[in-house]
Amino acid sequence: MISLFFKEINSFFSSVIGYVVMGVFLLAIGLLMWVFPDFSIINYKYATLDQLFDVAPMVFLFLIPAITMRSIAEERNQGTIEFLETKPLTDLQIVLAKFFASWVLVGITLIPTLIFYYSVYQLGLPKGNLDSGAIAGSYLGLFMLGGIFAAIGVFASSLTNNQIVAFLLAALLAFIFYWGFDFISRMPVFIGWIDDIVQMLGIEYHYQQISRGVIDSRNMIYFFSVMAAFIGAAQLSLEKRGW
Amino acid sequence: MSVKVEDLTKVYGQQHAVDNISFEVQSGQILGFLGPNGAGKSTTMKMITCFIPPTRGKIEVCGLDVSAEPMAVRKKIGYLPEHNPLYLDMYVKEYLHFVAGLHKLSNKNKIIADKIEMVGLSLEQNKKIGNLSKGYRQRVGLAQALIHDPDVLILDEPTSGLDPNQLVEIRNLIKTVGQEKTVILSTHIMQEVQAMCDRVIIINQGQLVADDPIEKLSARIAGESIITVGFQKEVPIKALEQLPGVQKVEPLAQAKYHIFAKSKVDVREDLFKLAVKNQWVILELMKDTLSVEDVFHKLTQKISSHD
Repeated sequence: MISLFFKEINSFFSSVIGYVVMGVFLLAIGLLMWVFPDFSIINYKYATLDQLFDVAPMVFLFLIPAITMRSIAEERNQGTIEFLETKPLTDLQIVLAKFFASWVLVGITLIPTLIFYYSVYQLGLPKGNLDSGAIAGSYLGLFMLGGIFAAIGVFASSLTNNQIVAFLLAALLAFIFYWGFDFISRMPVFIGWIDDIVQMLGIEYHYQQISRGVIDSRNMIYFFSVMAAFIGAAQLSLEKRGW
Repeated sequence: MSVKVEDLTKVYGQQHAVDNISFEVQSGQILGFLGPNGAGKSTTMKMITCFIPPTRGKIEVCGLDVSAEPMAVRKKIGYLPEHNPLYLDMYVKEYLHFVAGLHKLSNKNKIIADKIEMVGLSLEQNKKIGNLSKGYRQRVGLAQALIHDPDVLILDEPTSGLDPNQLVEIRNLIKTVGQEKTVILSTHIMQEVQAMCDRVIIINQGQLVADDPIEKLSARIAGESIITVGFQKEVPIKALEQLPGVQKVEPLAQAKYHIFAKSKVDVREDLFKLAVKNQWVILELMKDTLSVEDVFHKLTQKISSHD
């Protein structure tokens, strides 16, 4: 399993995908945070990283499916899935290796944004006047959100041998889980009845809570159980071998 | 008993891809799996290698049940799937390192160097797999299958698409490897079976139609001549059997016989003289030589005509 994990990581960086994903993410975030006047920190005049944490989920919505779309779909398409499945690896190990490789790549992509933290820290008046606790929480939230998106992406990729289908499906599922439940909870039928429960099914609710800097075990349980559910579903879909 | 298959059946919807197949292979034996395209060769192999589960039946590899201990079985098997799927953007050595890692081998460098030499990849070992020709890719596939020194080697059409030189080299390689392992290989080329295998199983439309040692099949193939003769009235079979060179006489229809003779001998002249002597009227006389293809054709056709 470890070999497969490292093979996946290697294949991100030996092909262009890894660099393109990181480049696009940093470029988009950088432009939105510092250049475009509607969002930029310079115009906002408060020393926070809120822009980063508001915009990053939207960028992840497209980038993480791009990372994960080939994970299993390509193995199916190339026939290498038969090679993997006949090696001493369980289906769960295959899915986990793919999932962790994607998640780690998301983590690596986030690391350079620490420069933004440093910049804002330096720019604050007085220097260092920003809520580091909340920022740490937000990073954790963003990382967990990336984990859910990665699990969704690997699951979508396991359903098909077409990467484009995998990408669109993953983006759709990620959208439903991030904003969808939130939107649905505001429908008149649910208000005053189960709107809070529907809202709690979505990622945004938990992401916002963690962003305040309070790490509640309930939120963490939510993140991990959604990941586990999609990994389990991917394993099932792999077991059926698409026959 | 290296590989034992009992009443193996695989059903896709209405279609019986593999239908009640049973056979056994001992270690040190090279078994050829022969059949036309779509006969169920690959499906059988995929079931032995734990890629797809059988609908019914039992498979044992080195005494381990495939459905009960799939992980242990996978460690015993080296498998070269049909079309030889490889990661084309990996380098040869990188790929073999990866496979060795999947098998949790220690001393990887030495093992990889050995296998690279064994399959004759030394000159190409630093290239990208995607840049290799088909013959060399096939060698990479073989190296991958051999890397953990498996007891059982399963090769699905290992020689398809190779040029004649590569063909000979790969065949020799498989023969060498097969001396101490159990090898099951599939092909739809008869000559290949003759060149490599100790034993042949012919399957057609999912059913086993022949399970013979290669000598027996070769005897069939080596070109017996078959003479079909039709007389006006029935004649005593014994008299026909006494003709020089005749091995067997089978009655075919009324007053019609198949005479099996050694290929070198032409019994038609003697047959004619015998008939004249006894005043038997010959209505038809036909000579046929069974070629490699004929045996195959005959065996695989039998089933289709039943349906």
